[in-house]
Amino acid sequence: MFKDAFWQEILNITLLSLRVSGMAVLIGALIGIPVGALLGLKQFKGKRTVMRFVDIMLKSIINTFMGLPPVVVGLTVYLLLTASGPLGWLGILYTPTAMIITQLIMVVPIIIGVTMSAVGSVEKSIREKALSLGATETQAAWLVLREARMGVLTSIIAAFGAAISEVGGIMITGGNIRWWTRTLTTAIVIETELGNFTMALTLGAILLSMAFIINLALTIVQVKEARR
Amino acid sequence: MKKPSKILIAIITVAVTLISTLAYEQYAGSQKSIIMLATTTSTYDSGLLDYLMPIFQSKFNAEVRIISVGTGQAIETAKRGDADLILVHSRQLELEFVNSTYGIHRVGVMYNDFVIIGPISDPAGINGLRSAAEAFRRIAEEGAEGNAQFISRADKSGTHMLELSIWKKVGLTSLKKTQTWYIEAGAGMGTVLRMANEKKAYTLTDRATWLSFKNQLADLRVLVEGDVVLLNPYAIILVNPERYPQRNYKGALMLAKWMMSEEGQNLIANFKKEGEPLFKPIARNIELAHMLGFPEQENELAWYDAQNP
Repeated sequence: MFKDAFWQEILNITLLSLRVSGMAVLIGALIGIPVGALLGLKQFKGKRTVMRFVDIMLKSIINTFMGLPPVVVGLTVYLLLTASGPLGWLGILYTPTAMIITQLIMVVPIIIGVTMSAVGSVEKSIREKALSLGATETQAAWLVLREARMGVLTSIIAAFGAAISEVGGIMITGGNIRWWTRTLTTAIVIETELGNFTMALTLGAILLSMAFIINLALTIVQVKEARR
Repeated sequence: MKKPSKILIAIITVAVTLISTLAYEQYAGSQKSIIMLATTTSTYDSGLLDYLMPIFQSKFNAEVRIISVGTGQAIETAKRGDADLILVHSRQLELEFVNSTYGIHRVGVMYNDFVIIGPISDPAGINGLRSAAEAFRRIAEEGAEGNAQFISRADKSGTHMLELSIWKKVGLTSLKKTQTWYIEAGAGMGTVLRMANEKKAYTLTDRATWLSFKNQLADLRVLVEGDVVLLNPYAIILVNPERYPQRNYKGALMLAKWMMSEEGQNLIANFKKEGEPLFKPIARNIELAHMLGFPEQENELAWYDAQNP
């Protein structure tokens, strides 16, 4: 079946989607989890009004960035990477790398935001108890992060969900080039434009089933966790 | 500590994967000549490039990456230095591109024509008219009465540029067109054709896209064709290597030369949809090329033929 040109193209598109979004989330997690954990632990709840102000501002900014419009991110990355832009010398516009960068900028705030609130909601007493029992700051932080692991996992799933279904940003920075930068979402756009509804619907079904599998996995983990 | 070492492994794994991916892309790129072609939706949507490029690619060990957008955007992409050559159709924008020294060696490669299509009921009564301007005038008249609608691409594509020039002939500038009968879609040709079908509206389309979509558009038919202003010539222009030395000028030249060769021109002539040819070659038909707005055709053709990339 996969020798068929139709299925070969679908396979190519699906793998690229997974590669781009997977990579963006992976790198995003490496940046977002430590930053989110740090911000969650350091609740800027000093007695001074200044600290409270910083806390509010920081959270509002992160929440805004969690909802960054993908087309705006795409446009910005495009203008940076275009040959006459500041990073044009890299020569990576219209490549999967440019798409990964675009999605990375979108997912990092999501991972930071969700991780931050998950870590922030862990009982303060846990950290204090650990410290009083002689744990170092790092060890105590690690303990809190472990307590908040469901929240961290949720942040990763949410980030992946946003990345894989994103279309506006990667359309601009990837260019939707066949066999090269065409993902599930951008392929649906062009196939609909061409009136190839069979192809468009097939790709839509793949996208939907991927979302289902991811959510299924998350739910299974959550159920297991609740039983413990 | 056990856990942090796991994180370290994860970081290393990610770094290695990322670097190897980047390295692979560079490596794959170095093996083949990668040519970035910015072109219009009509050449891509009609299937012409998907038919031509595999032949070129296997013959020259090259990979052609196609960005298909409106003519305006294709030229803008090339101006920024993000493409190696363009295949577009808007004389005015092409000449601007060449005159501003971004592009060199503009040459005619093929042509087809535009047609005005509309609902079978034809409320504006334009069926069979020989003049596109007269047809537009009647559509505007009936539109003002609320009997007809016109859908514009409104995306600075070659089709849109031609549409605007016809409106100008009947004295309708953009200010006077901001009325409910004039719908600015901001979309590609395929989408606009389907919108016209749904709304029973008129629109201007290139024949190639029309023929590729015809069987999906039961309520539409060709109403006006054959006017000289509706001829639609496509040009190839190379991106000036002096402006963007990092671009693949050699590859672009190779592709342009091949498109204009006997082989390329014959392949274009033989590309058919439902028995009808979609594009007619003009690179080697000097007289026709002159008529279609390529006064330098024989000189440019001789230049291309003399190159040996």
